[in-house]
Amino acid sequence: MPSYHLDHLQHLETEAIHIMREVAGEFERPVLLFSGGKDSICLLRLAEKAFRPSDLPLPFLNVETGHEFPELIEFRDHRAKQLGAKLIVRSVDQAIASGTATQAPGEVSRNKLQIPVLLGALEEFRFDCAIGGARRDEEKARAKERFFSFRDSFGQWDPKNQRPEIWNLYNGRLNAGENMRVFPLSNWTEMDVWEYIKREKLEVPSIYFSHTRECFRRGGQWLPVPPPHTDPAKPDLYAGARPKPNEPLKTMVCRVRTIADMISTGMIESPADTVDDIIAEVAAARVTERGSRADDRASEAAMEDRKKAGYF
Amino acid sequence: MPVVATSSSPSSARAPVPVVDILRLNTCGSVDDGKSTLIGRLLYDSKSLMEDQIEALERSADITGGGAINLANLTDGLRAEREQGITIDVAYRYFATPRRKFIVADTPGHVQYTRNMVTGASTANLAIVLVDARAGVIEQSRRHTAIASLLRIPHLVVAVNKMDLVGWSEARFNEIREQFEEFLPRLDIKDVKFIPLSALNGDNVVEPSAHTPWYVGPTLLGHLETVHIASDWNLSSFRLPVQWVNRPNNPTDPHLHDFRGFSGQIAGGIVKVGQKIMALPGGVISTVKEIHTYDGPVAEAFCPQSVSLVLEHDVDVSRGSILVGVDALPGGGTELQAKICWMHPRPLQRGKKYFLKHTSSTVQAVVTEIESRLEMATLESQPNPAELAINDLGEIRIRTAKPLYYDGYATNRLTGSFILIEQGTNATVGAGMLLPPTEVVRPEHTDYAI
Repeated sequence: MPSYHLDHLQHLETEAIHIMREVAGEFERPVLLFSGGKDSICLLRLAEKAFRPSDLPLPFLNVETGHEFPELIEFRDHRAKQLGAKLIVRSVDQAIASGTATQAPGEVSRNKLQIPVLLGALEEFRFDCAIGGARRDEEKARAKERFFSFRDSFGQWDPKNQRPEIWNLYNGRLNAGENMRVFPLSNWTEMDVWEYIKREKLEVPSIYFSHTRECFRRGGQWLPVPPPHTDPAKPDLYAGARPKPNEPLKTMVCRVRTIADMISTGMIESPADTVDDIIAEVAAARVTERGSRADDRASEAAMEDRKKAGYF
Repeated sequence: MPVVATSSSPSSARAPVPVVDILRLNTCGSVDDGKSTLIGRLLYDSKSLMEDQIEALERSADITGGGAINLANLTDGLRAEREQGITIDVAYRYFATPRRKFIVADTPGHVQYTRNMVTGASTANLAIVLVDARAGVIEQSRRHTAIASLLRIPHLVVAVNKMDLVGWSEARFNEIREQFEEFLPRLDIKDVKFIPLSALNGDNVVEPSAHTPWYVGPTLLGHLETVHIASDWNLSSFRLPVQWVNRPNNPTDPHLHDFRGFSGQIAGGIVKVGQKIMALPGGVISTVKEIHTYDGPVAEAFCPQSVSLVLEHDVDVSRGSILVGVDALPGGGTELQAKICWMHPRPLQRGKKYFLKHTSSTVQAVVTEIESRLEMATLESQPNPAELAINDLGEIRIRTAKPLYYDGYATNRLTGSFILIEQGTNATVGAGMLLPPTEVVRPEHTDYAI
């Protein structure tokens, strides 16, 4: 007598596949946001599970800040090619050059500038739905997200006026100019993501594993020392993100727990060099994943403010 | 302690992960009953909080709380919520003990936000209704309990909170229990547990309280960890609503030239290779040739797995079609009867057209009759109301432009539920639960088997 039982990962998986297929069924021009990070790596496997043996019915999109870890870019390109998917890359650099995005005076991080670039790309390709790897357990404002998160024609999230989401019936109807963000991993935790990576034997970028790197202390975090500024003819892309004389330097055995870009990612000291080690580390962790994200430490409502403006 | 059999594995550093299940629960109650505080307490006392979360709490305590940590700030994630001290939207929290994983939906008590309770509760195994021990049962308690019953959440916990403010009085606790027991028989909830507690001080949440020697039951967490959750999934009648047709373009693998998979999540029952199925609409009968998954073909699959079915015959099936077992046919028709929870400020109107989404199919529908409305004060049905306003529960008749193939909600949550979408704004305005069909589907061509 077989037991018709799914464990918790299988439950999360079938829920996510169902959502992926609803997207393929309900939207004309969906896109998948793929950064090369651990959550979007899971999204790709779920897309394969939802759509193979067909080609994936949606291209990938990544918005670069220009401060990316090279390992991540390399992995992203390699994985997209492996899957035969079309990868669209838009960057804050291009947006600044063309004048559609303007840096706040004195601000180094380009995190917020990803918003107009993302919205611009959605408009450029007339994407009506963007699938992202955000999880509710990451952050308090994200804890309020629906699976299908409606955005008005300005890309804004209105947390006070979300569509009720009942059973597994997702309302994907849109008027012209509006779009949807869809988060199939909503119910996944950091631990679930790593257990899934282990179960599916998924490849992840090398910076998730322990390596040696020069870091400096700022704002209670160890930030990676950016690559040297070699061409004096060009402005220093990392001006302001380089260690100041009073900021201690340290060569560390470290890894990333969550990846933004080089400016916003705190490194954690860790000897973990296998997925099993990482799982053990996550199980024993006493701080949250986002504790190492400089972009979220700005204020209690940093994420909420960015999401209302159209952040992913 | 983790329940793991001692294994012969030499590596004790990495104990095998025990098979854990997920308990989905939601908390409901009125404003200031202390829902968010209770969840905060659950997370805090079960050591599920991280240092930076505690730090952030302490930081905001210094700024806004006059120095005292406000556990509610853990779930009240939006600025307006923290400012007003209320919960606006459903917040989801995740925590785990060695026995179970928990998905908690914290659903607001504000009258105008009751729709969110439906959102949080529709997938729950268990609902916690909070009652302020001083106030006792109020209309909101009855409304939330009625919604939990309507949605057929199998387990209910009545958490009598703020017991410290009534001097831990057993008499008061019993009085509230009796208030509940007065109307519970009119509802459809099998398992109800009453627990006296103080979320603020942590009594009977994770740790047993010294103040309630007269209470012999488990703590809240103890109950959540041990309550028996029978499978919510229907394993008796096969249903596969087709979400997407999987047809590879120019595959290099010759085996895939004629591959045509009907992809969807099994919404009921079990399917096996070689089994006869009927495709609706149309009623054509075919045989399951292959059950395709990314991890390879399987001999059988069950609810709620996501699969792709390949059939023996070339059958006209697309998104919105449903494949069903021939031994247990669903109901079918355009005249439907349903219970509904109305969630929009614009009332439900007789004669107005809506979109109705049921499984993977969206059709036009018109409400032909509003048969009754549930009176919250008495939990009695009032016949023939003029309309259903926001937060009202009632019973309606609907006519759809195309037939629906469905089961009663009591038999199958997935094939027995629908949402109504307002045309124009696309707002989700109603959550419907179908009554059992009066007759099973009678396809035009019952004799037409290929």
